[in-house]
Amino acid sequence: MLHLVVCIKQVPDSREIRIDPKTNTLIRQGVPAIVNYYDLHGLEEALRIKDRFGARVTVVTMGPPSADKALKQCISMGADEGVLVSDRAFAGADTLATSYVVAMTIRKAEELWGPVDIVFCGKQTLDGDTGQVGPGVACRLDLEQLTYVEKVESLNLERREIIVHRHLEDGVERVRARLPVLITALAELNEPRRASLPGVLRAARYRPIVWTTNDFPDLDRSKIGLRGSPTIVSKTWVPEPRAITTEYISGDTLQAAAEALVDRLFESPLAEKLGWVQGVRS
Amino acid sequence: MADERFDAIVVGAGPAGTAAAYTMARAGLKVALIERGEFPGAKNIFGGVLYRKQLEDLIPGWWKEAPLERKIVEQRLWVLAEDSAVTFGHRNQRYEDPPNCWTGLRVKFDPWFAGKAEQAGAVPIYETVVTGLLRAGERVRGVITDRDDGELEANVTIIADGVNSLLGKQLMVHREWRPDEVSLAVKEIIQLPRQTIQDRFNLEGDEGCTIEIIGNTCGMAGLGFLYTNTDTLSIGVGVMVSDLKKKRIKPYEVLDALKRHPMIARLIQGGEVKEYSGHLIPEGGFNSIPALCGDGWMICGDAAQLVNAVHREGTNLAITSGRLAGEAAIQAHQVGDFSARTLAAYDDAIRASFIYKDLKKYRHVHSLLANEDTQQLFDALPRALNEAAYEMLLVDGVPKRDKQRKAIRRLKEAAGGAYMDLIRLGLKGWRAMNG
Repeated sequence: MLHLVVCIKQVPDSREIRIDPKTNTLIRQGVPAIVNYYDLHGLEEALRIKDRFGARVTVVTMGPPSADKALKQCISMGADEGVLVSDRAFAGADTLATSYVVAMTIRKAEELWGPVDIVFCGKQTLDGDTGQVGPGVACRLDLEQLTYVEKVESLNLERREIIVHRHLEDGVERVRARLPVLITALAELNEPRRASLPGVLRAARYRPIVWTTNDFPDLDRSKIGLRGSPTIVSKTWVPEPRAITTEYISGDTLQAAAEALVDRLFESPLAEKLGWVQGVRS
Repeated sequence: MADERFDAIVVGAGPAGTAAAYTMARAGLKVALIERGEFPGAKNIFGGVLYRKQLEDLIPGWWKEAPLERKIVEQRLWVLAEDSAVTFGHRNQRYEDPPNCWTGLRVKFDPWFAGKAEQAGAVPIYETVVTGLLRAGERVRGVITDRDDGELEANVTIIADGVNSLLGKQLMVHREWRPDEVSLAVKEIIQLPRQTIQDRFNLEGDEGCTIEIIGNTCGMAGLGFLYTNTDTLSIGVGVMVSDLKKKRIKPYEVLDALKRHPMIARLIQGGEVKEYSGHLIPEGGFNSIPALCGDGWMICGDAAQLVNAVHREGTNLAITSGRLAGEAAIQAHQVGDFSARTLAAYDDAIRASFIYKDLKKYRHVHSLLANEDTQQLFDALPRALNEAAYEMLLVDGVPKRDKQRKAIRRLKEAAGGAYMDLIRLGLKGWRAMNG
């Protein structure tokens, strides 16, 4: 049977995030935790493949014990198993150390449930925004990496071939690749499903599998947590809010006011910046 | 349809539903607790006072672990005129231990309470709307939700889906509320430094105080409140919907007027508004209580209009009614009969409880408010009281006897002009509160 692994991260809901003006760090307290938005699109694509071809879907995450809630959400949508890798020793990891642990986790999942065919990740997380963990995992597991995927065109199991559309800055790239692959998902990929009632019931009773450092005998401790993270945050700052003076433009009639507004806009630096051409008006 | 069958389904994870779910789960029943919000408390609001006693019947010492704001040691009552106030209050060191009540925030309290029900074994089904009831003739045999394969069966369904009870309407146990049966309450949470709150309200540590406010509600039947939380204030006002309709005033305008009052402006000064919310409060009282049970169902909390508007108690009645419904379900489970006749034990228990007695005592308040001139009760009288107090305390050479006469005349005029009007209103009020 196909084995699909979905990597997810529990992140603070960025719609409700605030920044501490004194320390310039995110205030996480009181901010609801959600499954990283893009990861859900990865999960949905895995579930669609499961619906069509039959597959085992394993969801993995690294995080604090409270991240089990994120896994339960994935279970409610239809994932078969959820694994939480959680240990204080993993804390403080940057993308390098994280991709190492996630790769180790996927290897262990392969030992238990068979070799992996497709790994799904979100294109990036809402809180880190780096987009590095997916490619990092692909490298470590020697998987073809298909980043920024907006469409899975076809999956041919006999030939073990997948065709996807990658959305790049200057166009769309249609790529054919041989399994196993790693896909990082864009929001355009699909619309994540709402869990069914039986799914919610299963999730309510489900206890995710928890692995600590003890579950990884081959773990290289110099590569995990803060010690395995060469990234240094030298400075963080909050951009100063820009003061903008509002100008009210009036005129005797609506027509006159509109004319005055157009004249004023053409005088402003905006016109040059946007390449407006005078004379188009009449 | 889900393959699983439950002993009981509870619709709504507010105080009533959660109390029912907790009671039944603890007794070993297989319970599903369904909530439409993302999590319990996400969609709920109340003024902000939680009492010790009723929840203690369910979870002894609950307040030592529940997330609460401040322990109330002082309760104040302010009667406001435009730029003045007559104040009453009671502060007592005996409220320190054991405490009587606390301020709380539902967004913190409800998840904690529902967590207790989950720990007891209730299965949480959140972000799920119950859109209808599964029926077999008169009997309710489960619920229909908005999820795929969304039907769920159980022996008994406990309806605790709040003031606008969708299911209560489907059962035809209540119609759409009349505008004079519900209040619309609006509330703001205003953030201030902890120490500032303590200084302004004369508090120490985790002590808190509540202020109930009469008057200055744009001449409508309603009450205002200002409660101290740990580092926020809850300020709000509830006004009868029929009055809002009649006067064409928007609820937030009433709240804004209250916030501008000189007595209140100084207490909230410099604070940042963190939250704005609005909610309906059922205030029909005793005469609006629907049938409480039938074949395979019971109804409790706001959905059953169990709110004591006079004493600002709602959560209390919700928790107790939920517990009593849960207990009736346990009895029904033991005898294996969920008919209206067995579940009538719930109705009996409500009648024997403080809920029924308290609501009965105030059963005429609602008609008093609905029939009397609310402008007079909630505007003219508070003004007259303030004027009278001003006159009495002003030293200006006028003999005290004359002052007293003038003060009484003011109150009399506010009541309608004659001594009889003042007496009639007083008697009516007394009967309404004690009938």
